[in-house]
Amino acid sequence: MPEEIIWRWGPLSRRINPVTGYRLAWATVLTLCVVMTSLSLGKVILSPWQVLDILASAETGGVHFIVEQLRLPRTLMAWLVGAALAVSGLILQSIVRNPLASPDLLGITSGASAAAVLYLAFFSLTLGSSGLPLAAMAGAGLAAAAIYLLAWQQGASPLRLVLVGVGISALLAAVTTFLLVFSPLSTTLSAYVWLAGSVYGATWQETQTLSLWLLVQIPLLIFLARQVMVQQLDDSLAQGIGVRVQWLRACLLFASVALAGTAVAWAGGVAFVGLIAPHIAKKLVPPGFAGQAVMSALVGGLLVLVADLIGRTLFLPADLPAGIFVAALGTPFFLYLLIKQRH
Amino acid sequence: MSAITSQGLTLSYQDSVIIDQLNVSVPKGKVTVLIGGNGSGKSTLLKSFARLLKPQQGTVLLNGVDIQRKATATVARELAILPQTPVAPEGISVRQLVALGRYPYQSWLQQWSDEDETMVNRALARTGTLELADRPVDSLSGGQRQRAWIAMTLAQDTDIVVLDEPTTFLDLSHQMEVLELLRELNQQEQKTIVMVLHDLNLACRYADQILVVHEQTIYAQGTPAEVLTEELVKTVFDLNCRIIPDPFFDTPLCIPFGREKIE
Repeated sequence: MPEEIIWRWGPLSRRINPVTGYRLAWATVLTLCVVMTSLSLGKVILSPWQVLDILASAETGGVHFIVEQLRLPRTLMAWLVGAALAVSGLILQSIVRNPLASPDLLGITSGASAAAVLYLAFFSLTLGSSGLPLAAMAGAGLAAAAIYLLAWQQGASPLRLVLVGVGISALLAAVTTFLLVFSPLSTTLSAYVWLAGSVYGATWQETQTLSLWLLVQIPLLIFLARQVMVQQLDDSLAQGIGVRVQWLRACLLFASVALAGTAVAWAGGVAFVGLIAPHIAKKLVPPGFAGQAVMSALVGGLLVLVADLIGRTLFLPADLPAGIFVAALGTPFFLYLLIKQRH
Repeated sequence: MSAITSQGLTLSYQDSVIIDQLNVSVPKGKVTVLIGGNGSGKSTLLKSFARLLKPQQGTVLLNGVDIQRKATATVARELAILPQTPVAPEGISVRQLVALGRYPYQSWLQQWSDEDETMVNRALARTGTLELADRPVDSLSGGQRQRAWIAMTLAQDTDIVVLDEPTTFLDLSHQMEVLELLRELNQQEQKTIVMVLHDLNLACRYADQILVVHEQTIYAQGTPAEVLTEELVKTVFDLNCRIIPDPFFDTPLCIPFGREKIE
């Protein structure tokens, strides 16, 4: 294993693992290739060179519209959603010290889903569909807050968070099903697409709003990055080395919920990314939150991007929700990594 | 001067009182060993020494100042605690683990100073874990792992080190290895060591002072020779035994009896 690179400049000092560095570079290159592929493929197939020409020119009609107004925002949104869910899952897994933790399991997705279906059933006719992301975000936030408060017993212990999370999740899933069954068919159909998770018809405006929501969260993540590793020690050890454990846990939980809540608000219940992407990332780069977070984002982004690419190109003229293919893609790759590790 | 002092300390979980109105002090630069039966409150007392447990009543003074009034990071620079079965973050290497001990000295800007590096290397060398530095903690044997954990507390660079049963789950030779290491740290670096041990004979061998935790208080305290008597073992552990001087070290040696009658 190569030595860590130590970087000091004035009051700043960091340790950097070169392995992390070049693996991240590889993943970035791969991501850019898939982005190009995503812009090239669809009902109209273009070569990467044509795509570059189109992106460089200022024209707007025909293929320009297809690439710049249809494919590009959708591609970006797919990537952002995957990246946000993956980082959210990584943080969550470290908080609850449980490899099975994910935004889906801990009520964040189910809270957003219940709220979204509720909105679709009762409010979308009067308020329009633009309020859907906010409703979903509120649902995610409320579910997470309820879980945190119910799990509290002289501090929120990881185990109680998981148990209460699973319970609340099941309850919200029941509420969602109830609403689906009692709603008119048209609502049920749009709700199903939402629940499966889809970036269909993403516009520039939506993508920009989503980016903005995520962008404001990045400083918090950078600020908390150093702390993620220490709070994976048990509570007494973490406190022993000077960590304010409960405060830190609350901050990290907030960061995780904000990320997943934002992603789910725009793309619906894309399941499984938050669980699998951090695991794949952890197998690819050595421990250390910063590196693993960036890798999780890249892996999660790629997963949803490829899933959406499959969903919208392989079954033409049908355009299937990306969420359907995420598990189909992620699981074999994850199993491959596990088996490779065994030998 | 004493490193840790408790004044009228009452500790409890929910409604059950574990330690009642305790006044005790841990001398600086000495090895203090807590003994007592299971559930007697040794670990609880240890936790309160490290500010992991808020007293119901009374205070714990760390280096003369009420520990509840100190910032978490300040406490972490004065006292390091190693719990009974510590959990390491998934997949991290020994060097990364030991580096976590530097946390109380770091800030967002300063995450790896020259001093951090020196202290981590010293801690690794001191505990003989330098050659294990790049191995994942999960892959170590019990004895190696315990040395890695001790290295982490050393990197914390505190005058006081508190350990909860540091020898549990180790075979005899590794128990000795850990205790020898702790004694060296005490003698060569004047560290104050406070620990819970179950083996009375090893406790007597390595302790300067023994505190016997029994009936919600410190039932007896003093040097091993003063404290360890047949009556005490009978009262505290409900065990018949004979105490003889250790033929090599001259500390008290407890020979426990089972059901057999010995005249």
